[in-house]
Amino acid sequence: MESTFQFDWQAAINSIPFLLKGIPYTLLISFGGLAIGFALGILFGLLSINKRWFMRWPATAYIEIFRGTPILVQVLFIFYGLPDLLGGPIDPLTAGIAAIALNSGAYISEVVRGGVQSIDRGQTEAGLSLGLSRTQTFWSIVWPQAFRRMIPPLGNQAIVSIKDTSLFSVIGVGELVRQGQVYIANTFTAFEVYFVVALMYLCITLSLSVGLRMLERRGVANI
Amino acid sequence: MTQIVKMQGLNKHFGELHVLKEIDLSVEPGEVVVIIGASGSGKSTLIRCVNGLEEYQSGQLLVDKENLLPKGASQKGLATIRKQVGMVFQQFNLFPHLTVKKNIMLAPTKVKEVSDTDAARLADRLLDRVGIATQANKYPSQLSGGQQQRVAIARALAMDPRLMLFDEPTSALDPEMIGEVLDVMRELAKEGMTMMVVTHEMGFAREVADRVIYIHEGRIVEEGKPEAVFDNPQHERTQAFLARVLKH
Ligand SMILES: Nc1ncnc2c1ncn2[C@@H]1O[C@H](COP(=O)(O)OP(=O)(O)OP(=O)(O)O)[C@@H](O)[C@H]1O
Ligand SMILES: [Mg+2]
Repeated sequence: MESTFQFDWQAAINSIPFLLKGIPYTLLISFGGLAIGFALGILFGLLSINKRWFMRWPATAYIEIFRGTPILVQVLFIFYGLPDLLGGPIDPLTAGIAAIALNSGAYISEVVRGGVQSIDRGQTEAGLSLGLSRTQTFWSIVWPQAFRRMIPPLGNQAIVSIKDTSLFSVIGVGELVRQGQVYIANTFTAFEVYFVVALMYLCITLSLSVGLRMLERRGVANI
Repeated sequence: MTQIVKMQGLNKHFGELHVLKEIDLSVEPGEVVVIIGASGSGKSTLIRCVNGLEEYQSGQLLVDKENLLPKGASQKGLATIRKQVGMVFQQFNLFPHLTVKKNIMLAPTKVKEVSDTDAARLADRLLDRVGIATQANKYPSQLSGGQQQRVAIARALAMDPRLMLFDEPTSALDPEMIGEVLDVMRELAKEGMTMMVVTHEMGFAREVADRVIYIHEGRIVEEGKPEAVFDNPQHERTQAFLARVLKH
């Protein structure tokens, strides 16, 4: 069969207003989830390098579980599985944010651990020898340096999580992919619409990359 | 006169390794004690016990009348000691994310709750004293090694310590920068600072030390006035060590 396919620009352009309605959801799930994930990452990342095993152990378990299972399964579990336990439904948006939070939190824990461990012991020793407490030494000396080193991997995780939200079309959140699917169901212009959807993801991730690179350049200039 | 440091029968192990053996050592106020010995003999470990960066297993250690207990020294006792004891490291350990001035201001503002203006004034005065007043707003990485080590000394002095510990302060420096750091230390000694110095700079030791201590495999095998230890060492270990280092 000879392909007579022609890219229909008009169809692509027509889909834009409808697709744009998905972007706030994509951004809300991504950045809402990442914000919570960052908090989880700091908490569990720091616990995972604690000297005491009963602090370390739960952190390690959390990290391994959420890195070792697919995020699609995690979100399905939260959306369809947890209501059985809770005795009431969870709205898809909450489920999506929770999945990104828990999943990115596990990866960010590892980023935090690596960042903190990469700072020379001498920095801590210098802080302690000046009379600072362990807490003061950590937050005013180790953490600021570790955080700068964490920016590139954190940016990487943000991009991964933004793309992960595309899977949440399965639970019916009106994010970008879901909007695309709904639109295509009426117009049968899959090629054009998914092309525009892909471009929209690219716009989000590219602006993030550029922003982070600028931040990184400013931060690292001092070290 | 009461001693600032008083060690009695101190023993320190790293697992199986017995690093410090029955160390008896006292330091009087105003005294400059230089510790020499081969690599791995326990010099760093010895002075790191004094401000609790290393724990020890048995014996007694009093620092400025605070009892630094073995294993599990109380956090409060440790904090009191560390406020009184400054330390200068071989690798400087300046804080790379802070300017030179902020490096110096950090401890006074955080630990002693000195106001920012007072701490800034203190930093300026100390930087002037170590001869790098013009570098205050630079970051450590923008300074030479010798300048960085002088900042590190100023940073320790900002807490107004009663005792200064130096762990090979010039070993990481290019030869042409060693002099400027030793000059600052010489000046400090002259002003009456109590100092414990681990160094391989035998010229400095001879000139500045009130007492030289030679450590071999975790034991003090010889101690005395610099002339006595350098010119007339009693122990054959000391003789062999000095023959080796003085040749260079
Ligand atoms: N954290 C540690 N864990 C295990 N062993 C250690 C540790 N720190 C030092 N040691 C060992 O203890 C011994 C004494 O070390 P120390 O650093 O005090 O020697 P030093 O006299 O300062 O040597 P150098 O001149 O090389 O600095 C060495 O055998 C060293 O390998
Ligand atoms: Mg050493």
